[in-house]
Amino acid sequence: MTNRVGIVEVAMTSGAETKDYFLDQVFKISKEVLDKSGITRDDVGTVISASSDVFHGGMSCANSYYWDAGAAFLKNGSRQDGESLFAFIYAVMRILTGNYDTALVLGVCKGSENPENDVLTHFFTDPFYQRQMGLNETIAAALQKREYMDRFGITEEQCAGVVVKNLKNALGNPYAHVKKKVDLDEVLASEVVMDPLKSMECAPKSEGIIAMVLAKEELAKKLTDKPVWFKGYGSSIDGFYLGDRDLLEGELPNAAKRAYDAAGIKDPRKEIDVAEVCEPYAFQEMLWCEDLGFCGRGEGGKLLESGATAADGDIPVNPSGGVLAMNPYVSRGLYRLAEGFLQIRGQAGERQLDKQVNTALAHSTHGFAGQCHAVAIIGS
Amino acid sequence: MKKDFYTVSNVIRLPHKYAAGPTFTRFYNGLEEGKIYGTSCPSCKKTFVPARSFCPGCCANLDEWVEVSQEGEVVSWTYTDREFFGMPGKPPVVLALIRLDGTDCDFLHLIGGIDQDDLEKVKSSIKRGTRVRARWNDEKKGHMLDIKCFEPVS
Repeated sequence: MTNRVGIVEVAMTSGAETKDYFLDQVFKISKEVLDKSGITRDDVGTVISASSDVFHGGMSCANSYYWDAGAAFLKNGSRQDGESLFAFIYAVMRILTGNYDTALVLGVCKGSENPENDVLTHFFTDPFYQRQMGLNETIAAALQKREYMDRFGITEEQCAGVVVKNLKNALGNPYAHVKKKVDLDEVLASEVVMDPLKSMECAPKSEGIIAMVLAKEELAKKLTDKPVWFKGYGSSIDGFYLGDRDLLEGELPNAAKRAYDAAGIKDPRKEIDVAEVCEPYAFQEMLWCEDLGFCGRGEGGKLLESGATAADGDIPVNPSGGVLAMNPYVSRGLYRLAEGFLQIRGQAGERQLDKQVNTALAHSTHGFAGQCHAVAIIGS
Repeated sequence: MKKDFYTVSNVIRLPHKYAAGPTFTRFYNGLEEGKIYGTSCPSCKKTFVPARSFCPGCCANLDEWVEVSQEGEVVSWTYTDREFFGMPGKPPVVLALIRLDGTDCDFLHLIGGIDQDDLEKVKSSIKRGTRVRARWNDEKKGHMLDIKCFEPVS
């Protein structure tokens, strides 16, 4: 890539409920990231935000409400509805046009104020067919999990193992929402929500306001001596109706291939030092690891059991604790990217991996059972 | 839930009226007659149910209507005895993806005709591959739930 785009700084809230007013949080985090980057609001070229109006906020037309708090006052701003990793690539592309030197990317979601996740996700369905059948995201995930168990022999213990691993990692993450040491038995004994899914296998709903400053190469180098570079991105979007898809042969391999090709990655397991994947349901981490090429089809459970995806494994997955520990719905993709950024910079504190981290993968998904996937690769 | 800081509560109610269009209208008319209609793709030959107007894979117009089988196999299922927002009916429920014979996608619907008092009983009567058949409500109103559920074929 001739014109590189660098990530200069990131600022974010923790996932736990606060009594703070939403606009103040957006203002504070936007200001914090500008201060850390050593630039003012006037220096911001463009602002790209990710939020979801009615479903994950219920305030105004969400972006019009928070634009000025988010440093977009009088700016050429735009917005992505649904998943914040899509907003990241939008901002990268705006810089690559040559029209902007910097971009502020925002992900905004205050889950603590919202109804339960599935009251919202029920409305992600169509009213003609799937809504009449009561579908929501957890039902879709439960159907997907049973297929994963039936077709590939994935076990309940393996699914619970993902929860144990990720919540253990989250203990070292000041931004995590769920901070609790759990063991296999506790997860296995947690209440059945939608069989075969148990409550501890499902992500919470969290607060998550995050801001990132991006800059073109020469400016990024001036603003920080540790820029983290954008290397590649890919996304892929499957059909809408759940029943039209093979729930275990989704679109993530396609999204990953596009990202790997752009970043020149041939052997992902060897070349990627850390992966942050979006696993709102525990078993999905194992399935996504297969899709990302870290192991063969159906081997996600064995991969977990081998310890390879633990913080000290050869392909650490979700050292932040992942979405199981922190689920600010719309912002969760940017949080994955932020963890990769901090790991590459050696600024991940207690959870800093005990190895050199040069290349990180951030994955996010939205839509039921992984309808839409995005993969971003960043590196030193 | 009351919180220990000042909050402002608000309930948003948004009544919509969605145009069903000719394809869903014909599908719903079929349900009223106790029939399940799909459409087939002239290009990939796949049959989709509920009927739809275009092929997601081929981008072709789907105007070849077929009445599909009311019998098929369970592909996956989920069970809950808890009430949830938007649930069709009262708990307990079993929702399933069902591959109706001769179709090329899975149909989302309820499983019935089995003892759903507890999970173990459900597990003993429903598995991937279990054959099920549609059972209809007497009164039909052009809605997915005109089909009451799918019951195991004995």
